[in-house]
Amino acid sequence: MKAVTWDVSARQDSVLRPRRGGPATIAVRDLRKSYGDLRAVDGVTFEVGQGEFFGILGPNGAGKTTTLEIIEGLRQPDGGEVSVLDMAPWPRNPALLPRIGVQLQASSFFENLSAREQLRTFAALYGVPAGRADSMLELVGMSDSAATRTEKLSGGQAQRLSIACALVHGPEVLFLDEPTGALDPQARRNLWDLLRAISAAGHTVVLTTHHMDEAETLCERVAIMDHGKILKIGPPAALVRELDEPVRISIESGQLSLDQARALVPDADGMVVADDGSSLTIATREPATVLAALAGQRALAGLRAQGGTLEDVFLHLTGREYRE
Amino acid sequence: MNAGAFISLSRAMFLGYIRDRIALIFTILIPVLFLVLLGSIYRGPATPKINVLEVGRVSMLDQARAASPGQLGEVMAVTRSSNLARALADVRKGTDDAAVQQQGTRLIVHYSVADPTKAAIANSVFSSIAQQANLAATGRPPRYQLTATQVEDKSLKAIQYLAPGLLGWAIASGAAFGAAITLVGWRKDKLLRRLRLAPVSTATVVTARIGMSVAIAIVQMFAFIAIAITPYFGLKLTASWWMAIPVVIAGTLAFMSIGLLVGAVSRTQQAATSIANLIILPMAFLGGAFIPAGLRTGLDPAGLLPDAAAVSGDRRAERAGPRPRPGLSAPGDRHPARLQRGNDRHRDPVVPVGRNLTACFAFLPLA
Repeated sequence: MKAVTWDVSARQDSVLRPRRGGPATIAVRDLRKSYGDLRAVDGVTFEVGQGEFFGILGPNGAGKTTTLEIIEGLRQPDGGEVSVLDMAPWPRNPALLPRIGVQLQASSFFENLSAREQLRTFAALYGVPAGRADSMLELVGMSDSAATRTEKLSGGQAQRLSIACALVHGPEVLFLDEPTGALDPQARRNLWDLLRAISAAGHTVVLTTHHMDEAETLCERVAIMDHGKILKIGPPAALVRELDEPVRISIESGQLSLDQARALVPDADGMVVADDGSSLTIATREPATVLAALAGQRALAGLRAQGGTLEDVFLHLTGREYRE
Repeated sequence: MNAGAFISLSRAMFLGYIRDRIALIFTILIPVLFLVLLGSIYRGPATPKINVLEVGRVSMLDQARAASPGQLGEVMAVTRSSNLARALADVRKGTDDAAVQQQGTRLIVHYSVADPTKAAIANSVFSSIAQQANLAATGRPPRYQLTATQVEDKSLKAIQYLAPGLLGWAIASGAAFGAAITLVGWRKDKLLRRLRLAPVSTATVVTARIGMSVAIAIVQMFAFIAIAITPYFGLKLTASWWMAIPVVIAGTLAFMSIGLLVGAVSRTQQAATSIANLIILPMAFLGGAFIPAGLRTGLDPAGLLPDAAAVSGDRRAERAGPRPRPGLSAPGDRHPARLQRGNDRHRDPVVPVGRNLTACFAFLPLA
């Protein structure tokens, strides 16, 4: 797959300087939507700033897609307020539509058209010339597949094209509903680069996902949702810090016995040591001390250290039990 | 309405359609094959010839043949036979349609009721031969004369009603299935939602789809005419044949609306196909797209069905006045266009075309 030509490095600065202040691009207040007895969205409130990369995270059926569809103007909320770019998305608002771009969960393409024809058709719906559609195809790295029928594109290519279709008219806000849902790891990472580049170009991006790593890498702020409610909202790193999970340090087995490991930091608070035969793992809240002691013992072979992740936060909030 | 969006949507739909081989086969190729097949089968004259066995010498038959050579040959083929029993056996078997023998002044015709039409032809032909022989025996010229002329001109062949009937069916199913399957497919792929998120009006999308269906129907019509008009099939068009175009458009709209209704209630494309079939096929039969409607007994809803109107070039309207008349017409005469068949003669002879068009649109409000 062709590399994305957008300047990804610009994004690094924006991560260091979270965009704060200024008017909210999206403001949602006490949003509610029920289907019969099911409260799909149950009092959701959040704001997304201009240029922000915002993630809505949650297990399947948490209400992510419904929330997104209400913001996009595809569904009418039962209660609450939504404003996107200071406009109400419902009822269908023709003034707002050209300023938002939406990638739906399914790849919604016209039948039997090539990638280029697909993109040109969507461009024409927004009054965008064909030339811009073609350069958009290049931007998402699909010039080589321009003549391929969309039915024959790979999953990753179809998602790239789908995103190109959502972006072709240069919207200020881009909505992505589980964009990497069915992709293999290579295609996912490839798509992440594209999404970072889009964000760096100044678009406000709202994304739903159930992949923690995706939210953690891409999003400046995430809202963790379950059962139609937002459980937690904030930058991923802050959420992880807040959880205060112990750091898990592991080295190759055989360098230290369990007792030797426990003796590394004699008065450590809540340190847990385990050996599964291939790795010796020490979970600790004082990683610096443990690492220094391991270095002192020259027992650093195969060293790995892992702090808490967004997944820990997520599981902590939504529970670990399996559900359909 | 946004012209650029309209053109682009129409183009996308058109490309999607012509690249879909299955759709092309079902809307164009199969109806055309039906036309070629049925047109070839029914290419012969409408009146069947009868095979007659002449047992022994039948002088009356010889006289009749001598009086008007050729004419008799148009209705019957005569074979000589010497054995009455064998001749009767052949008539019973149906190998031949009648056996005739003469005993002095008596002309005896043996026929089988297995084929009532041919039996009637044999009876009337030989009865007329006997009458002529009686007349000749008087030695005086006949005082009264019968001149029989057919109201249809000689161009009336099977193709004149096969082509429009099959065309009506092709257009009906093309429009209904196309609309139903597209609607279900677009909903399933979320393309409808995607279009809803684009700043195009519903009118633009619907108009593009209608234009597409009408274009397909017109292509179907010209494909049919192109094939039927070849000398092999011999369809003849009158000066106002182009009035079939508005009829085709009206029929397309009517069936598209049925298709949209089907598409709206179906969850899958398979369901849409089945439901559309359930509606279109009986309509095609009752409306007379395949079988001449006159063959049906006691059941004549044709005028109420859009199908009948879609296949109808309505020759009755044609009699009513000198306006341009819809339909594919037989050449320069008062009895053209058998787009609708058979049951004309059982019904009110003058029905304005407006009524059939109204029937066309009767389904529109439902969709």
